[in-house]
Parts: sequence; structure tokens; C-alpha cells
Amino acid sequence: MDLETINSELVYDNGEEVSFTAKTDDANRILPAIEFRDVSLAFDDQIVLDSINFRVRRGETKIVLGGSGSGKSTIINLVLGLIKPDSGQIFVDGEDITGHDEPEMMLVRKKIGMVFQEGALFDSLSVYDNVAYRLHEEGVDEDEVEHEVRRMLHFVNLEDAIDKMPAELSGGMRRRVGIARALVGNPSIVLFDEPTAGLDPPTARTICELAIKLRDLEDVSSIFVTHEMNNLDYLSSEYAIVDENGQVLFELEGERLCLINTEVIMLREGNIVFSGKDEQLRAVDDPYIHRFIRGT
Amino acid sequence: MNPIKQFIFEVEQISVLFWQIVSSLRNRPRYFSEIITQMDRIGVGSISIILLTGFFTGGVLILQAYPTLQYYGAQSQAGRGVATTLIRELGPVLTALMVAGRVGSAISAELGSMVVSQQIDAMRSLGTSPIRKLASPRVIALVITLPLLTVAADIFGLLGGGLVANQLYGLDSSTYMTSVRTGVDIDDVLGGIIKPIIFGLIIGLIACHKGLTTSGGTVGVGRSTTSAVVSASINVIIADFFLSRVLQTLFDTTLF
Repeated sequence: MDLETINSELVYDNGEEVSFTAKTDDANRILPAIEFRDVSLAFDDQIVLDSINFRVRRGETKIVLGGSGSGKSTIINLVLGLIKPDSGQIFVDGEDITGHDEPEMMLVRKKIGMVFQEGALFDSLSVYDNVAYRLHEEGVDEDEVEHEVRRMLHFVNLEDAIDKMPAELSGGMRRRVGIARALVGNPSIVLFDEPTAGLDPPTARTICELAIKLRDLEDVSSIFVTHEMNNLDYLSSEYAIVDENGQVLFELEGERLCLINTEVIMLREGNIVFSGKDEQLRAVDDPYIHRFIRGT
Repeated sequence: MNPIKQFIFEVEQISVLFWQIVSSLRNRPRYFSEIITQMDRIGVGSISIILLTGFFTGGVLILQAYPTLQYYGAQSQAGRGVATTLIRELGPVLTALMVAGRVGSAISAELGSMVVSQQIDAMRSLGTSPIRKLASPRVIALVITLPLLTVAADIFGLLGGGLVANQLYGLDSSTYMTSVRTGVDIDDVLGGIIKPIIFGLIIGLIACHKGLTTSGGTVGVGRSTTSAVVSASINVIIADFFLSRVLQTLFDTTLF
């Protein structure tokens, strides 16, 4: 397989690229992780998505903004194949999933981790069994399951909750367990469906930090659906690095750098009304976008 | 959607669900442990109400029929009357109705709650089929346990009838048991087991379908639970009529 150079993750505002580059032998890297081509969907007379086009590159976080009922969560359900589009094509890892039946989608879903709005933990299972669910289904050896569950709970900083039931957890803890469950099996794509809705700001910040770690340290491609502007601020202005002691640090991109692995699309009534960087979003002269950003 | 279209649509969806459950049995994973768990919840969990229902139904049959039989001098046939009525008709139907109320509602509410809290979506996103994992074990457990519960209800019904006949009307126990033995043949027993198998399938399919198609939040869960019990109960009674006719033809008898 041919070697290929990965684009650097950071560029200066003047367009000059930062010097570090990486090599990979994965020729598939040039394929987008997710691609929507002219995707349309309507429920009865109501148009939910109207010829939507966008791509999520490898290692990129695509933030999907929009008001309630704008079609944000529908995009995630389409990627998972939980609903089918009326027209257009959806690609996951370069594979056209539009016509896939349920057994074929089950295989595609193994590559995808999904974080639901309220966590969607299985009430009858403990935190351990929730996180281990996918591995138990695959019949993985119990020692290996336990190691993986502890690793994932360590990632979301919830090792102490391993034996608790979902009913004993706070809203933020449920979301974090949901993230740990989604990450089991090391999916290359993670979908976040309003994971910070209804959470206090520090907990919402923690969830965003997990998404940043996934993007910058695990090379995960993701769609992050939200309507909260502070989520956008965190995800598009900070990046994660690991210091010499192995500690994860979050640093601001500052004035001289611009994260190129995070983009925003904004939906309105089933149409994409904006696509680009967060700085471009704030500079757009559109009354709807202005009102959305400022909340007035 | 008008009611006729709605009905046809639901029949189609339940037929698809039935086919998916049958298909899920052909390949792995099969979730045998889940079937055992559901058999415990459905079968063992329902045994007390089923035994009580059977016992008092048998008792009330004697209570109502004995004076009439006595009038015609046929009180020695009291056991026969209770046995045939219970084994052919009341045992399967009353057991199915009790299970539809207790288990059908529980299945529908559980699956409905999982739908509205996105647990079903989560299950699908984790690569597991909810039909295979949740619906199949419940329907199979109902098909297996309902005939067993029916037999238990029949036995306790006969005991209840015998107790009332002996204690209230002074009928000799051996006369009662002889009458029961002569009144029941193998066709009755087979018919009494075939019916609950079909009833179990009906209750399981309707409860799972209503649960998995829940919409509208917690209000929707209540709606689908009520709908599951009503729909399953009515369908059990309608199916009983047609099954009785089929069994009459099958066993070449006018009984059932």
C-alpha cells in the first residue's frame, strides 16, 4: 500500500501550514469518513432535509448547529441507518449505505459509536454491563472485556461508578458512561446527539473535552449535533495535547492558529444555511445566524 | 389514516414481525438464556394468578351447574361438565386473558419505555437487533409457557370444582373423578394445548409490536400498553372461535 502524507492539523491564519506532518500507509484516508450527497427526506408533507451535501473528513469534527426541528438529529439517524432517505446517497467509510438492509447496517454500525442525548443507557444493566454490551454480544473473553471496560471508564474518568446502576447516576455521569459505551471497539466514527443538553456548564465542558480528546488524540471522525454555542466555542477553539508526563492538556488555538479539523454546518428548515469555520460563521452577515449566535 | 387502512397496516407490520422472529431462529445469536429468563418471568411469575383463576372458575362452574344437573338427576356427570368446559374452552381462554393482562402489558410497557428513552436505538447502534434480542425470546417464552400455565389452570379448576361439589353438595370424590376421567379424551387434551400455543403467539406478537412502535413519550407508553392488552384480549377471543371450528374439523367432532 502506498505511503501518503496526512495534512497537518493546524495552519496559521495567513494560510501557512505548521511544519509537522504525519505519514500513514492507509490509502483509504483520503476517503471521507461520512459523506451526504443530495440527501432529502420528508415525513408526510413536512420536508426534514432538502438536498443536503456535506463531508466529514478523517479525524474531523463536524459541528451541526440548528434550532429545534431543523433536522440535526435526523442526520445522525440517517448515518446510523435508523431511517432511510427519500433520495440521495449516504457514504460511510466510502461505502454507500443508502440501500443497505438491516443485517448489512449492523456491520456498518460496528464502525460507529453513538452518544445519545440522555445517554440511553440500558436501565436493567449496571455501568459495567452497559459499557461491555458490545463486547458481550461479540462473545469476547471476560478478562478482555473487563480490561476494555476499565480502560474506557478511565478515559471518561468514571472508574468508581463501574458497579452502579444507571438510576444511581447523575445526568452528566450517564452521558459519560454513554460515551464510554460508544467508544468500546475503538470506532473510527463517533456521533454525538446533543450530548450536553440539560447539563450544567462544567459538566458540559467535560463532555466537550472528551470530544476534543477523541478528535485530537484518537483520530476519531465525529458529527457533534448541538444548539449550544458554548459547545462550539470549546470544540472550535481548543485542542488537546499530551505533555511529557502523559497528562492531557487543552490549549487555545489563539490568534495565530486555526484548527482545520473542526468545521461547522448550520441547518435551517432542512437546508444548510452555513458551512465553514467558526470564525467564518461569526463573520456571516445573515440575520438568522446572528440571532442564533447571540440568542437575541 | 382511516381505521381500515390502519388495521391493514398493523396486520402487515405484525406479519413482518412474525417473519423476522422466525428468521431470527435460523442463525446466531439466539439468546437462549434470555428465553429462559422470560419463561421464568412469564411462566413462574404468572403461576399464582393462573392457579387462583383456574381454581375459582372450576368452583363456580360446579356452583352454577350442579343444581340444574341435580334437577335432571345427572349430578354424577358434574365432573364431566367441568372437565370438558375447562379443558376445551375456559382454561385456555381465561389463562390467555390473564396472561394478556399481566404479561402483555408488561412487555408492551417495557419495550415502549425502551423506545422513548432511545434504548432501542442504542441497541441497534451497538449492532444488536432488538427483534432478535427482545421480541423473539418473549414470543418464544409465551408460546412455551402458556400451554403449561393452561394445564396448571385446568388441574386447579378440576380441584376447585371437586372441592365445591364435595363440600357444598356432598358429591362423592370418586364419583366426581370417574366422571372427569370418562368425560375427557385425548382430543380434548390436544385441543386444550394447541389453543394456548396460538394464543401465546398472538399475545407475544401484539405486545411486542405495540411496544416497539410506541411514540409520543410517556403518554405513548401508556397508550401502547392499553392498546396491547385490549387488542391481545379481543384477538384471543376471536381466534378462539376460529380455532374451535378448525379443531372440530381436525378431530372430526362437534365439541370444542
